[in-house]
Amino acid sequence: MLELRNVSRLFGGLQALNQVNMLVPTGKVVGLIGPNGAGKTTLINNISGLDHPTSGEILFNGTPIHTRAPHHIAQLGIARTYQNIRLFGEMTALENLLISQHGRGSASILDALVFTPRYLREERRLRDTASGLLERFNLTPVAKLRAGNLPYGDQRRLEMARALGTQPKLLLLDEPTAGMNPVETEALGEQILRLVREDGLTVLVIEHDMSLIHQVCDEIYVLNFGQIIAQGTPDEIKHNPQVIEAYLGQDED
Amino acid sequence: MEFLRSIGITEIVMQFMLINAILGLSMYLVLYTGMFSLANAGFMSIGAYTGVILTQNFNQPLWVGLIGGMVVAGVLAVPIGLPVLRLKDIYLAIATIGFGEVVRILILNFDTLAGSITGESVRLTRGALGITGIPKITETWHLLAFLVVTGFIMIRLHRSRFGRAMAAVRQDEPAAANMGINVVYTKNMVFIMSAVLAAAAGVLKAHLTRTISPGDYGFDQAVSILAFAVLGGTSTWVGPLVGGFVLTALPEILRDFKQYRGIVNGSILLLVIVYLPGGMVNPAGWSQMWARLRGKKQGDTLTTEVS
Amino acid sequence: MNITQQVVNAIWLGGVYSLFALGYALVFSILGVLNLAHSAVFMWGAFIGLVMVTQFSFSVWLAIPVAMLGAGLIGVLLDAVAFAPLRRRNAPRIAQLISSIGAAILLVNIAQLIFGTQPQRFPLGSIPTDTIEGLPFRITPIQIIILLVSVALMALLQYMVIRTRAGQAMRAVAFNQRVASLLGVNVSGIFRMTFFLAGALAGAAGVLYGLAYNSMTPFMGDQVALKGLTVIVLGGMGNIQGAVVGGFVVAALEVFSIANGGSNYRDAFVFTLLFLILLFRPQGLVGQKEHTRA
Repeated sequence: MLELRNVSRLFGGLQALNQVNMLVPTGKVVGLIGPNGAGKTTLINNISGLDHPTSGEILFNGTPIHTRAPHHIAQLGIARTYQNIRLFGEMTALENLLISQHGRGSASILDALVFTPRYLREERRLRDTASGLLERFNLTPVAKLRAGNLPYGDQRRLEMARALGTQPKLLLLDEPTAGMNPVETEALGEQILRLVREDGLTVLVIEHDMSLIHQVCDEIYVLNFGQIIAQGTPDEIKHNPQVIEAYLGQDED
Repeated sequence: MEFLRSIGITEIVMQFMLINAILGLSMYLVLYTGMFSLANAGFMSIGAYTGVILTQNFNQPLWVGLIGGMVVAGVLAVPIGLPVLRLKDIYLAIATIGFGEVVRILILNFDTLAGSITGESVRLTRGALGITGIPKITETWHLLAFLVVTGFIMIRLHRSRFGRAMAAVRQDEPAAANMGINVVYTKNMVFIMSAVLAAAAGVLKAHLTRTISPGDYGFDQAVSILAFAVLGGTSTWVGPLVGGFVLTALPEILRDFKQYRGIVNGSILLLVIVYLPGGMVNPAGWSQMWARLRGKKQGDTLTTEVS
Repeated sequence: MNITQQVVNAIWLGGVYSLFALGYALVFSILGVLNLAHSAVFMWGAFIGLVMVTQFSFSVWLAIPVAMLGAGLIGVLLDAVAFAPLRRRNAPRIAQLISSIGAAILLVNIAQLIFGTQPQRFPLGSIPTDTIEGLPFRITPIQIIILLVSVALMALLQYMVIRTRAGQAMRAVAFNQRVASLLGVNVSGIFRMTFFLAGALAGAAGVLYGLAYNSMTPFMGDQVALKGLTVIVLGGMGNIQGAVVGGFVVAALEVFSIANGGSNYRDAFVFTLLFLILLFRPQGLVGQKEHTRA
């Protein structure tokens, strides 16, 4: 589904990504781990179009997307969450979910002005989808509250719901368990697995929490100083000496 | 009516109130989308000159002048917006101030410039003195009708996909883009809509004041338009409307203190931005200030600040 | 006009522009905000200088430091009224820009109330106006004074920022406020000092500009406000050396476009330049990508 070929990203003299090759097969959950500053978020930014590689190619279902604008990539079917929650804080939870379906609508301002059937039908559809998502993520009671005022856990779930609102094929999760306790983490893991099983989604997840990685991932890539240093199943990675060194070597400093 | 007149709100003052409300709304559109553009005075002058040249030099009725002014400003907004809207906050402000000045200077020198190109003597914008003797053909009902239509459009806008995209772009541009919103398109469309509204106000006002000159649309005018929106508040479209009304009516009500007018205006702008960041029409801001006055600890900040 | 003459004119005018723009740049580099009331402080500096000469019979030499002190204090007041409250609330930079516009309107209108709107002049005899003989170009003593004073003040500022402890503290605050305050720097104090310095520079520029054209109104700030903006954009926002270079570039552009028959368009040239720089080189002409601030 997603393929990265020799992707590099230079910031001035800093090599944030160095010849990254990666394959995310359809229907699988792929994990991306690595120490802080390894370039994980840069990678997600490059896939989602907020940033573009200096060289290399990113293919989504065979289509090159590495030069595309982010809204275009979203419409092709890639959605993401953020390491630091980035909801539209001044809007209600419901409105956040309506916005997320922007690319799935087509009614223009003129349609809205004169209440064309197309506009009315579309609004109804967007609202139905939004309430379905609210229901599914246990957010119905807070639908009318400002997203910025919701408790942390609700915000995390809302962000996930918002990403699904774009109706993606591939979901990029950037440290989804940050700030969660083990119980919440496991529940999130269940949810991710359900998305893959029931909705047929493909997932690329950046994570520090190894228990989540083991719970959900089919395959893991390890990024260090912008380079992929290992790849394999969770069990293989656990015993890979290079990975142990990348993590432990840091701790000993 | 009698009462209004007795406190200085004559018909002409009311007409200016309506025009300034339209200007406030044109500013509101860009601020609501998170763009701090000060280009509106420039577009107002483009509209005013186009409209007046159509009604005076080409003997067209007011509505043709109005539509002509709006179209010309809207079309010119495209080549301006595309490069300039890549800039953010202070840089966008400076660039649009520069745009306003360039427009002013170009209109000032339009006749000589056009003359030297065509080789004939041109008399369209008439230099620094501007155009005088414009008939006073804008009527109160024109303004009211225009404002009602604009208000309706604002309401519909906020219920539409595009209006939600505007708010999303203001709050978090990258996140909005990741939701499938075309940020460049949204910003430029709003910039065009804002330019068109400012131009309409320019045409209508020119046919009220009866004279226009390049100096009328300088930095001071840009700041006044900004003040309507900021004082009224930009959390809803009603704010700039009220801002335009109040800031126009207030100096008339206080006309006995005419020499202090500027001081009052400056103080209001300062006080509102410092103590009422969401503007006058912002219920959340008022309750917050009320709570502060009663010595309560303030809760979360429910204000939409211009950003 | 010959080319030498144009260069001479560009140099003394550039001195005033640079001096004025330095205050903009200083505030932007330390606080990251644009102070649009700077031109109003400039105007107040000119009037304070004028009052010193006309009411208190000060010499011009003495009037300049007094005007600097007065304008510096207005700068501090400006900070307390228009900037500090918003800073405390962490308001967006644009809110601070708007409050500075409010303060500018206030300052100009107060001046109008006190000094009226008629142009005012330094009394005859208080400034030497004869052209100096025996040079291949025209220059008046006042133009020489303007150049000397502005260069001296710029050098002084540069010395202060680079060499003194206060300057180090300023640079630390510009670099990172939180870290600076952890290191024991009195951040609010630095902000006040920045506004004082910016005000004093504007005040000096105001008196010099008033001397050069000998016509002062409460609206004289408008003539330099937008040019000052162009200067700092050209120099790379908040870049102090850049502001100095930018001042001379803008002055040169203005002088040469007048000399070449474009006096009506001279401002159009300046603002077109502003536009182009923002679009294609937002880091300024002399700046690198990373701002070399303060």
